[in-house]
Amino acid sequence: MWRWLHPYAKPEATYHLLQKLLPWFVALTLVTLVTGVIWGLAFAPGDYQQGDSYRIIFLHVPSAIFSMGAYMGMAIMGAVALIWQIKTAEWSIPAIAPVGAALTVVALLTGAIWGKPMWGTWWVWDARLTSELILLFLYVGVMALYFAFDDARTGAKAAAILSLVGVINLPIIHFSVEWWNTLHQGATITKFEQPSIATSMLIPLLICLAGFAFLTVSLVMMRLKNEILRHELHRPWAQQRLEQD
Amino acid sequence: MSQLSSRQIWVTLLKRDLRIAARRRSDALNPLLFLLMVVTLFPLGIGPGPDILARIAPGIIWVAALLASLLGLERLFRDDFQDGTLEQLCLLPQPLAFTVTAKIAVHWLLSGLPLVILSPVLALLLSLPLQGWWALALTLLLGTPALSALGAIGAALTLQVQRGSSLVSLILIPLFIPLLIFATAAVENASMGLAVHGQLAILAAISVLTVTLAPLAVAAGIRMSVN
Repeated sequence: MWRWLHPYAKPEATYHLLQKLLPWFVALTLVTLVTGVIWGLAFAPGDYQQGDSYRIIFLHVPSAIFSMGAYMGMAIMGAVALIWQIKTAEWSIPAIAPVGAALTVVALLTGAIWGKPMWGTWWVWDARLTSELILLFLYVGVMALYFAFDDARTGAKAAAILSLVGVINLPIIHFSVEWWNTLHQGATITKFEQPSIATSMLIPLLICLAGFAFLTVSLVMMRLKNEILRHELHRPWAQQRLEQD
Repeated sequence: MSQLSSRQIWVTLLKRDLRIAARRRSDALNPLLFLLMVVTLFPLGIGPGPDILARIAPGIIWVAALLASLLGLERLFRDDFQDGTLEQLCLLPQPLAFTVTAKIAVHWLLSGLPLVILSPVLALLLSLPLQGWWALALTLLLGTPALSALGAIGAALTLQVQRGSSLVSLILIPLFIPLLIFATAAVENASMGLAVHGQLAILAAISVLTVTLAPLAVAAGIRMSVN
């Protein structure tokens, strides 16, 4: 496996790999996201209690899950950057953080919009909501720390350490609905038993989940490509690449 | 020169930092005065009614404690970083994660322990009932080591940043939130005469976890800045 992974420590090789993979991911994102969202918003059956307003879960659940997924990815990249000192791993931290922060904001906003008619309030200080808000603060902290240093590599290492420290928040978010008696409902699909959601709603939700996964990966790939180019501008291959485009 | 044992080095470092702090008393006292003043502001701002003060006292004291602990952090490693002491610590045969625990301990002795000692005064100022006071003292005793340990991470990560104090707050406050939640819940339960063992156990667990694991992150942060 090492022989296979080794070339990608070189930014140029990673750039070309991203260049090759990106169109596929963008295509997959478009297909799954459009199918999932249209199916979920227009064709899935309404809920017997909530009517049509439950449909926001097709945006809320995927964005919430991948706000945590993106953080995990960022922390893994941080560990890789600290252990093997790979530059592309360092650059992927600023590539992932804004995407993850945006997903967190989407999850919080859609949750608030759903909460107003259902719970009668935009916001409650519930364990799940609070821990998701802390996740947003952590993203902000990682980004602020990354850009605070004159030397970019030191900033990347500091941000990597902070993102590793913040991983402690992920299990807290996930299990908050079980550990505390919260207003937010418990897990319906991310558990090992039979999902407690009707199949006719589950299938579009799963497609939306795949769509958000591809969307997250595509956005991160685009940002990482830009980061690589920005740092490698002085190299001949990057200048050639820019002249071609 | 004879080789010092790990314990001797730890005690030497502790004494050295305490001696430095004793020579610059205002540095250690300022955060405490700041905390007292913040606590004084609330009765003046909200109104001196004992009911409402007793109700919000745990929150006020803990928020003031969090803010005060942020104040002293910049000095935790900054002077040692500038005069090269940290480099010497990195060169010791003992792991850096071990030696920084002495610095964390000094920080706790100068910022956490005085809070516990001050807590009766604070409780009196905010007319907290007696059964709430001992819970407050216990939460401060169990929770402030975590504040020092987490604070050291923030201080180590921002060593090279010029004027990093606002950045330190930005990084640390999200990490402090769980402590605040459990500590204030414990004091509130105690004031109402309910059991507080659950919250105190969680606070103790957070402290044990952070005091054992945070030195690793602190050491990584210091090495990153020194090299």
